[in-house]
Amino acid sequence: MYLLMEKIGSGTLGFLETSGRMGLFLMRALTSMFQMPFKVNPVVRQVHFIGARSAFVILFTGLFTGMVLGLQGYYTLRKFGSEGFLGSAVALSLIRELGPVLTALMVIGRAGSAICAEVGIMRNSEQIDALECMAVDPFRYLIAPKLLAGIIAMPLLTAIFDVIGILGGYLVGTGLFGINPGAYFQGMYSSVVWADVEMGLVKSLVFGLLMVWIAACKGFYLHMERSGGFGAEGVSRTTTDAVVLSSVSVLVWDYLISALLL
Amino acid sequence: MMSNQDDHSSPVVIELSGVEKSFGSQSVLRGVNLQVREGRTLVIVGASGQGKSVIIKHMLGLVRPDRGSVKVFGRNINRLNRKEKDEVRQNFGVLFQNAALFDSLNVYDNVALPLRERTRRSEDEVREGVMAKLGLMGLQEAIDKYPAQLSGGMRKRVGLARALMLQPKIVFFDEPTTGLDAHKSNELYRLFYRTQQQLGYTAVIVSHDVPKIFKLADEVALLAEGRIQGCMSPEDFQLSEQPTIRAFVEETMGHLYSSDREESNFYAQV
Repeated sequence: MYLLMEKIGSGTLGFLETSGRMGLFLMRALTSMFQMPFKVNPVVRQVHFIGARSAFVILFTGLFTGMVLGLQGYYTLRKFGSEGFLGSAVALSLIRELGPVLTALMVIGRAGSAICAEVGIMRNSEQIDALECMAVDPFRYLIAPKLLAGIIAMPLLTAIFDVIGILGGYLVGTGLFGINPGAYFQGMYSSVVWADVEMGLVKSLVFGLLMVWIAACKGFYLHMERSGGFGAEGVSRTTTDAVVLSSVSVLVWDYLISALLL
Repeated sequence: MMSNQDDHSSPVVIELSGVEKSFGSQSVLRGVNLQVREGRTLVIVGASGQGKSVIIKHMLGLVRPDRGSVKVFGRNINRLNRKEKDEVRQNFGVLFQNAALFDSLNVYDNVALPLRERTRRSEDEVREGVMAKLGLMGLQEAIDKYPAQLSGGMRKRVGLARALMLQPKIVFFDEPTTGLDAHKSNELYRLFYRTQQQLGYTAVIVSHDVPKIFKLADEVALLAEGRIQGCMSPEDFQLSEQPTIRAFVEETMGHLYSSDREESNFYAQV
């Protein structure tokens, strides 16, 4: 009984400590984004890393997601004799839900893990201490460009995902099932409204922020991890944690944003 | 090196008083009192795992003491906000134990980083400054290399070049010659001597390299059992009667004999 209470207590303390740390981390990262002088180069480099280098994966997953949606959508819609709505079905599910979520999950796997490992290794090898001792703010130098890049790149990648997915649905719908190309786009045109695009945009912005926040924070405070963040194993464990935590948070926030905006 | 100066003439730049620090259940520092004087070289010696690096981390404000205070230029570094702390740290140069170079930047960018981030110099001026420092360290050939491609000695020299980039007032050396052979450590000591003559910085060195490091020291402090056992000139240190210091000196430099008889007694026992 005593042991159980001890466990609950230490778990709660750990949770509060981590939440507080993460909250403060985000505050500092966000404020350091607006510190002058603003440097464009590091941000561009990070956008290239998070964005451009994820583009191929996003094209690929986007295309197949759209094609699957076309396939599944067609069989479902045919039961009700409304194959003509395939375009709007594909577009709406992509723009509102699948685009932002799947893009975020893919980018977390590719870039989020890399960010966490990079920052974690820098922490482990005293590089972050070195920055602090040089009076160079690690938040401004290291974290802020990544955070900004995440917020810039995620919506762009999501847009690519949406467009290519819609194209995938089109290919399956018209090529495989002989749906009228005009009907596919006309249905989409009439049913997708700005609010849908807005919801997708808000989601992808939030997901971009979430991904870099969690990944960078986990790496940055590697040495404070309760499970012991030492050495290569510490980095690998923390990276795994960061990927899992950010993926789960994406899904949770996806629900919250949908519930709020619908 | 500057032992002809009066020990107490120069002002205190760093002062640790009653610093205590534990990590978990392990108590590392148990009341450290130590003063660093301007323009002088303080060497902290002691067995491994006694917390010598922890002392340096306290001075840098990277670690917060559980009890006691750390004053740098008369300001308690743990009571400063981030901006004030940065102001103090502008005077620091640090050579970390493993050099802590930024491993995704090449040598040139590593050394240029303090200039680029802390000053508003143009890229030409940065280049000029970096090349001058790298020239001093004999590293012109290595500017395009990445830290992983460098030998231990070169890494330390890059670290030193980076630490000295902005004419620091105090330079910290955490085990500067660990992992280097005798020749490479001598080379680093020569560089240290030359740059200190040139820039006149205060130096705090944590080292294992006894007795060689004594040649550079103005004062030697022994850390044992979580306390500074004594802080004195290297000459006094080596002849000290204080039991802990004497035990350390004998362990690292061999037995000291105050008389021929004692010496023959020692060998008779062996």
